Amino acid sequence: MPPELLRLEGVHTHIGQYHILQGVDFSVPRNELLMLLGRNGAGKTTCLRTIMGLWQASAGQVHFDQRPIQRLPTPDISRLGIAYVPENMGIFAGLTVRENLVLAARAGDPEEERLERIFRLFPAMKTFWHSHAGNLSGGQKQMLAISRAIVEPRKLLLIDEPTKGLAPAIIGAMVEAFRELKRDTTLLVVEQNFHFARSLGDAVAVMDSGRIVHTGTMAALAADEALQQRLLGLSLESHQ
Amino acid sequence: MKTDWIPLALVPLLAFAALPLVGSIPTWLTLTVAGLAMGMMIFLMASGLTLVFGLMDVLNFAHGIFISVGAYGAATVLTRMTKQMQAESLASDLSAMVPAVIAAMALAAVLGWFFERVLIRPVYGDHLKQILITMGGLIVFEQAIHVVWGADIIPLPRPGTITGSFIVGEAAIERYRVAAVVVGVVVFALMWAVLNRTRIGLLVRAGVENPEMVESLGYRIRRLFVGVFVAGSALAGLGGAMWAMYQEQVTPAMGMQVLVVIFIVVIIGGLGSVGGCFVGAMLVGLMANYTGYLAPKLALGSNILLMVLVLLWRPRGLYPVGKA
Repeated sequence: MPPELLRLEGVHTHIGQYHILQGVDFSVPRNELLMLLGRNGAGKTTCLRTIMGLWQASAGQVHFDQRPIQRLPTPDISRLGIAYVPENMGIFAGLTVRENLVLAARAGDPEEERLERIFRLFPAMKTFWHSHAGNLSGGQKQMLAISRAIVEPRKLLLIDEPTKGLAPAIIGAMVEAFRELKRDTTLLVVEQNFHFARSLGDAVAVMDSGRIVHTGTMAALAADEALQQRLLGLSLESHQ
Repeated sequence: MKTDWIPLALVPLLAFAALPLVGSIPTWLTLTVAGLAMGMMIFLMASGLTLVFGLMDVLNFAHGIFISVGAYGAATVLTRMTKQMQAESLASDLSAMVPAVIAAMALAAVLGWFFERVLIRPVYGDHLKQILITMGGLIVFEQAIHVVWGADIIPLPRPGTITGSFIVGEAAIERYRVAAVVVGVVVFALMWAVLNRTRIGLLVRAGVENPEMVESLGYRIRRLFVGVFVAGSALAGLGGAMWAMYQEQVTPAMGMQVLVVIFIVVIIGGLGSVGGCFVGAMLVGLMANYTGYLAPKLALGSNILLMVLVLLWRPRGLYPVGKA
């Protein structure tokens, strides 16, 4: 079994007349959390959407668990064991918390054991079980979106900016939840919050202008402020 | 989220507001039952369109043809079963009406499947092309009705048990109108149960909000689209059959003629909302009947006025569906 669960090779994606991904190469190691970093407009979200088949790659290959998936329709990609949490969370506001989770459990009602885990990670889900998702706060919506992704066993979670717009206290809860998730799931997380990324990431890939410009361990990037400045244009102080 | 009762309360509010204007309770009662019956038939015809609108984001101007074809399907069966319909027994009437309704729904469903497959599938996501191609489809299939059934009006007798009136106090209530209200309420209850108590319903409700996310959860939304389109067409066929029996005649243009009212109902209710469509249809039916009695010259514009007032109050309709 190769060490990587997901591998992108020379992936190009066009959206209309725009050439967004311009030959993306990187791989996500099994049982690790890879942080995909980069400035706004670098192509991170497009990268996740291309993996999910929501936008078709115009060239290149996406391999998941040793099989090419770049031509598969989105539902088939999902059924291989990939869950996706989009930047806008994608929750169904008119459905209750319970209904959102029931829908995500394709095999039927969610297993008790999985639900217990979700309630342990995010107690608010139990509290608001019968509430409409549209009535939840921003942080609770993000918790629901992540709960929905883990309501069934998945091999890979793709999560787009999980801390966007969240209060620091909620981000703290998210860090704990992600630590728990890392134990048995491979994650590819797009993030702008470097402090959050640094505290969780095992590996890192940095994008710029539709290309991967750096890959390595998060520990190495966290230790090299000059590299951070060059790749991300940030100083640690301003993000701590 | 609590149920929003205010739009539903508009129905009795409108009815009681009309009472002093009408002046006579028997006349008001007759008009109210007529309005509700008309509303139920419009609901049957419009409910499929609102789901197609909400779930698939398709502006289907050809919806009227499913109504016409349903009406012709029912007429074809009923005109061959006049003996059963004159027997004045419920069982005998049902032996004619059940096959007629099945024929109406089946014909409309098959035509709906053909439309989705051949005309609409290539233009998903392009509203302008949807309008053009569905309008074109409506015209072509309306002419096809001329070819198959002829251009003449086909008189359609009603079955004996739902013909005539009964008296409540001093008000004459048409039996057919009561039957239409019963069928409309039953269909709404069934739709509500399917949408709120089944997994398919859950998928449809989620798909109306965010089809892309439903796909990301592993469901093939395209199959759901086809199912909803076919079911919506079949409901339009049922509505068409009932509308034809209400009018006691069938014409090729009948679907096109009610299309404007159907779009008004769908917009008033909130695109994609079956509950909103139900309430909107009742409001439109009542408004048309009261205005037709009080100020016949304003009857045509009254529903437009109703739509304007509703949209000024709630710009996304009575029960807006949250779209992602």
